Amino acid sequence: MKRYLGIAAAVATTALVLSGCSGGGGESDGTTIKVAYSKFGNFTQMDDHMKAVKEQYEAANEGMTVELVPIEALEADYFTKLALMNQSAATAPDVMYEDTFKVKSDAEAGYILPLDEYIDEWDDWEQFPDNAREAGAGDDGKIYGVPMGTDTRAIWYNKQLLADAGLTVPWEPKSWQDILDAAEAVKQKNPETIPFNIYSGKGQSEGASMQGFQMLLSGTEDTLYNSDEKKWVTGSQGFIDSLQFITDVYQGDLGPTPQQALDKNVGTTINSEWIPQNKLAMSLDGSWVSGTWLETGTTPWPEWNDVMGVAAMPTQDGQGAGRTSMSGGWTLAMGAKTKNADAAWDFIETALDKDNSLDYDVAASQIAVRTDVGTDPAYIESNPTFEFFSELVKDTHFRPATSDYSKISNEITVAMEAVMTGQQTPEEAAKAYDTAITGIVGDDNVTTKSD
Amino acid sequence: MTTVTTPAPVGGAERSPNRNRPGEKKRRTLVALARSAPLLPAVLLLAVFLFGPVVSSLYGSLTNASLSGSTATNVEFVGVKNYVDLFSDPDFPKAVLLTVVFLVASAILGQNVVGLGLSVLMQSANGVVRGVVRTIVVTAWVLPEIVASFAAYAFFHDGGTLNEMLGVFGIQGPNWLYTFPMFAVILANVWRGTAFSMLVYTAALNDVPPEITEAAEVDGATGWQRFRLVTVPMIRRSISTNLMLTTLQTLSVFALIFVMTGGGPGTDSTTLPLLAYQEAFKFGELGFGTAIATILLLVGALFSVFYIRALKPEVD
Repeated sequence: MKRYLGIAAAVATTALVLSGCSGGGGESDGTTIKVAYSKFGNFTQMDDHMKAVKEQYEAANEGMTVELVPIEALEADYFTKLALMNQSAATAPDVMYEDTFKVKSDAEAGYILPLDEYIDEWDDWEQFPDNAREAGAGDDGKIYGVPMGTDTRAIWYNKQLLADAGLTVPWEPKSWQDILDAAEAVKQKNPETIPFNIYSGKGQSEGASMQGFQMLLSGTEDTLYNSDEKKWVTGSQGFIDSLQFITDVYQGDLGPTPQQALDKNVGTTINSEWIPQNKLAMSLDGSWVSGTWLETGTTPWPEWNDVMGVAAMPTQDGQGAGRTSMSGGWTLAMGAKTKNADAAWDFIETALDKDNSLDYDVAASQIAVRTDVGTDPAYIESNPTFEFFSELVKDTHFRPATSDYSKISNEITVAMEAVMTGQQTPEEAAKAYDTAITGIVGDDNVTTKSD
Repeated sequence: MTTVTTPAPVGGAERSPNRNRPGEKKRRTLVALARSAPLLPAVLLLAVFLFGPVVSSLYGSLTNASLSGSTATNVEFVGVKNYVDLFSDPDFPKAVLLTVVFLVASAILGQNVVGLGLSVLMQSANGVVRGVVRTIVVTAWVLPEIVASFAAYAFFHDGGTLNEMLGVFGIQGPNWLYTFPMFAVILANVWRGTAFSMLVYTAALNDVPPEITEAAEVDGATGWQRFRLVTVPMIRRSISTNLMLTTLQTLSVFALIFVMTGGGPGTDSTTLPLLAYQEAFKFGELGFGTAIATILLLVGALFSVFYIRALKPEVD
């Protein structure tokens, strides 16, 4: 008898273990909405914002609960975690913080829902200009994400360090060579400082590809993608030249050491340590960076506006408009596995109404997308760099709006890391990139002609 | 007496035709099945948790599954495309080479030789020394993998313990994790894994009867000869088991390298597990990453077969 009991117990245990694999956690009954967003390093403004919106939303909708799911991970890991969460109904968020460049591929993956029926009835939608609406659109033309703010990129520089090196302040570089010359001058004058930072390598993922590489490539004669032919560009001189610039900076000792630059946390270190401590003279970074130094940021630095200046990124030899920038931004999107789409929309609507957008754009140093926020004196006066960065929008560029982009972007960071560590020459790395992207999109979807 | 003996042949005669009855064979099979029924849960568990992942990995590697984009939901069967791509990927041969280097240097040579050496030395050491050495070595092994990895990171880091210690002697140490990434992770893995080999070999050496070594000594064998001709053949089976275990463990080392170098700089310490992670989770190519993991599985299987074959204990 005892033996049978044992067997029965074993069988029961097996059954339990097996069923444990399939049974989900607590199923949501529609009164809880889960909101997933990123919280990492210096970026805590989204967390503050979501906490505030949660309070407002719960007060206005009795019986509803908002479950905040801050994902504390590097940007690349954030996308991975979010994708994995989206694959299972038990973990999929109802509302998520979604990068504009991921909207198209996540819409195709069926992770996020089109919002058109809600937007049609949303009076505030007319405050969003067409280019902002475009940022949240999927390949099918439907709107999947409501933009929270946008950004541009330029060079932040330490006025004193540049003046010490004999450069005229305000500094206005006219070509890539001007940047390298300035970096060289800073290094000669003060070998202890890091002259120039440009994000590079696989660890920085999209930051390296966009803040780094594409800020260079957009200032050459070439492009990443030919939007007329709808094909990806291979074999371009601009690509090689951009990699050469990365090589010049990292192999020429004009940037952080490659090992510093490849540290996963370098983004946090730069803006909360190197810059406030006058250890870095020039930094190619986003318009949002000053958010870190505001009173609401992680490293309050009241003197930041006196110490730091901003200069537009020049084109390679000063061609075209003479300056360039890249723009992206983030949206709020609705998870496809939501049980209560109406509630999820209400949350998005609350989070991005005028007052909340204003609060967030000021705290996170975002370039406002809503017209009523952008023209609000409270917004304009809150940060002295807003005018400069908003004005850059005239000469800005956007990432190729295709669902393949994120894979291509990964290959760019592979090429960057190969040249910054000296493992490949720019020509070799560019060739490897050409092979890799041809493998991703196929022979028919590449061209040697830039836009 | 007769009453006792006579029924026996009768019974025997009756039994032998019984054995040939068709029902008997079936009945025996049933009995055998019934007797092995208690094994069923265990077999089921093995099938689900050991064989299941292998099959699912094999299947996953034949699809174009990805984390985002259209292939995240509409997964298609693409045959061996992932493998074809993998073999034409320049990162792949490098990752295989680095994996083999890591395996040979840190497990087969490092952990085994150091572990065996330590246990031999400890045999003749006094109790206190033995206790201290054993505690120190086993500590590294007891630490959770992630803790050990961070400890190794702190040790080899540019401004870490190792360079601080070298600095005391006026030596400016290189940035180990950047300049010699493979060297650093190999040393770290030897440090972490040696305790296991040491424990296995200590147990094995204790089983070597002292009379035999003494006899060899009387015959005039030197220490090295005794070790090579007596001890090693006698612990051969432990060596083969230990080689297999450390090989399989080392092949799948991920956290240690991930924490210390992240597979970099560039691809200079990207072994197969790191490459699989990068492709599957960083770049979102689940199918492709799974193909790499499947290759890793095959490599492990090959090594196991090799050890089992080559070091097969003869009947002694």
